[in-house]
Amino acid sequence: MSTNGEQTLDVEAVRKDFPVLQRTVYDRPLVYLDNAATSQKPRCVIDAVSRYYEEINSNVHRGVHRLSMDATSAYEGAREKVQRFLNARSTKEIVWTRGTTESINLVAQSFGRSQIHAGDEIIISHLEHHSNIVPWQLLCEERGASLKVIPMSERGEILLDAYEELLSERTKIVAIGHVSNALGTVNPVEHIIQRAHARGIPVLLDGAQAAPHMKVDVQVLDCDFYTLSGHKMFGPTGIGALYGKEALLERMPPWHGGGDMIKSVSFEGTVFNDLPYKFEAGTPDIAGAVGMGAAVDYLDQVGLDAVSAWEAELLTYGTALLDAMDGVRIFGTAEHKAAVISFEVDGIHPHDLGTVLDREGVAIRAGHHCAQPVMQFYGVPATARASMAFYNTKAELDTLVVAINKAQELFA
Amino acid sequence: MDELRDLYQEMILDHGKRPRNQGRIEASTHEADGHNPLCGDVLHLTLTVDGDTVTDARFEGEGCAISTASASMMTDAVKGKNLGEVKRLVDTFIGLATGESSPDPNELGKLAVFSGVSEFPARVKCATLSWRTVEAAISGSDEPITTE
Repeated sequence: MSTNGEQTLDVEAVRKDFPVLQRTVYDRPLVYLDNAATSQKPRCVIDAVSRYYEEINSNVHRGVHRLSMDATSAYEGAREKVQRFLNARSTKEIVWTRGTTESINLVAQSFGRSQIHAGDEIIISHLEHHSNIVPWQLLCEERGASLKVIPMSERGEILLDAYEELLSERTKIVAIGHVSNALGTVNPVEHIIQRAHARGIPVLLDGAQAAPHMKVDVQVLDCDFYTLSGHKMFGPTGIGALYGKEALLERMPPWHGGGDMIKSVSFEGTVFNDLPYKFEAGTPDIAGAVGMGAAVDYLDQVGLDAVSAWEAELLTYGTALLDAMDGVRIFGTAEHKAAVISFEVDGIHPHDLGTVLDREGVAIRAGHHCAQPVMQFYGVPATARASMAFYNTKAELDTLVVAINKAQELFA
Repeated sequence: MDELRDLYQEMILDHGKRPRNQGRIEASTHEADGHNPLCGDVLHLTLTVDGDTVTDARFEGEGCAISTASASMMTDAVKGKNLGEVKRLVDTFIGLATGESSPDPNELGKLAVFSGVSEFPARVKCATLSWRTVEAAISGSDEPITTE
C-alpha cells in the first residue's frame, strides 16, 4: 500500500490489490489499458459486495429486524462515504443512481421538465459523451428547447470565447464533461461554472472520467450537479451517484415513482419522501452501493493526489513513446489532460489494431468511444484509445509500443 | 502471431489494402446499405442484375481490413452468378465465418481465406456485413442492414 501522507504511489504494491491484474490472456500478462471504459476492482470492493450478500443481505429502510437494520446502515454508510469523497454538504445531496447516464437523465427529466420551456437553451460541448448529449436532445424535443454546442479546437479544447457568446438569458443549464472520455481533455470547469453563475445559470458536470483520477470537491467547484459512475472508479457496475445542491434538488419533482420515494400514499394523493429518497424509487442496488463505498475508501487510502501524480507521469511517458513512433497520430493534445491517449496508426484500422494488440495481451478500446461528434470533428470513424489507471506501469506502455510494432509488421 | 496470420491471411490483407470493385453503379438495378453500429463500419452496395444474373457489383464505404476485404471479395464472387447461387453462397459464407458450419472449401474457392474469422468472435460481424448487405439488395429490402 502507498504512503498516503507523502502522496507517492507504490505501483507494484497497489497492483497486488487487483486480482484480475494477476491473470494472463493468451498466455501473456494482461495489460489493461481500457480504464476509461471500465476500471478493475480491488479485492476490498469484491469482498465488500460478497460480505454484504453473505452476512447482511435484506431490504433497506423497511425491516425492524437485525439484518435490515445492518443493511440500511451499510447502505447509508456508503452514501456518507460518497458525500465525504465529493465534499458535499449533506447526504441529502447524494442520490444513488445506476451511474452517470442515469444521473444525467434524472436531471434532464426532473429539472428539465419542470424548468425548461419552449425557446429555452441548453449548452453542452462538442466533446461530450453520448450520455451527456442524448438526454438533452430528448428533453429539447419534448419541450421545444434547443441544444447549443460549444465548439472545440484541433487540440481538443473547448473554445471559451464561443462559450461566452452562447450564454444568454435563454440558457437554462450548462452540462459539461469534467474530463473527456474520448480525448482525456480536462475541461476548464471552474471558468465555465463561474461564467454561467454570473448569469444565474446552473451547471452540471459529468464526472465519470474525472472522479477516478483527481480530487473532486463540489463545494470548491461550486457546480450545481455532479455525476459519478461506480464502475469507472473501481467500484461495481450498476451503481453511481448524482450530487445536487440541496436547494435545487428540493425544487425538482420526483422522477421515478414507486416504493421508498414516498411518505404516504392514498388514491387521493401521495406525499413524497425527503431528499435524497424522493429520487430513489424501488429497492436500490444495495450491494452496489456498499461496493462503491468500499471503492471510495480504497481511493482515499491510496490517495488521489498520488494517483494524479502517477497518472500524469504515465501520460507523459506514453505520449512521448507514441509520438516517437512512425505512422502514429495522437488525437487530443490539450494542455490539461487525464491519462488517455487516443490515436491512430497509418494504414491500420483501429479495430484491426485492437485485435492484434489483444493477442499480445494488451486491452485497448477501438471505436467511437460513445463520442461520435468528436470522431466527426477529426474526420475519422474510430480511434484506438489507451486509457490508464494508477495501477498501470511504464513497462505496460512499453508493451503497448511493441504490440503496435507487431501490428505495423503484419500490415506492412 | 499464428492465429493472427490465420485471420489476416495475405489475400485478406491485399484486398483490405487494395479493394476491388469500389465505387457506385449509377444505373444499378439493386442496392442496399449495411451498417455495423458497434464498429461504425458503413457500406453502400450497388448491383446490376440482368435477367437473373449479377453482371456487376460495386461497394463504397468505410471499414476495417476484414470488412473491406470481405466486401471486395464478395463483389468479385457474386459477379456472373444467378440470384439463387448468390443466396446459397451467402448462407455458405456466413456458416463459415460464424463457425456454424464447415463448408466444403471447393464450394467457397478463394473465400475460404475467411475460415480464421470464426476464432475471433468480435470480428465475425466485420466479415459478414457485406454478405448480409448483398442478401438485402437481392431480396429488395429497403431497410438498411445492421449487424446489431
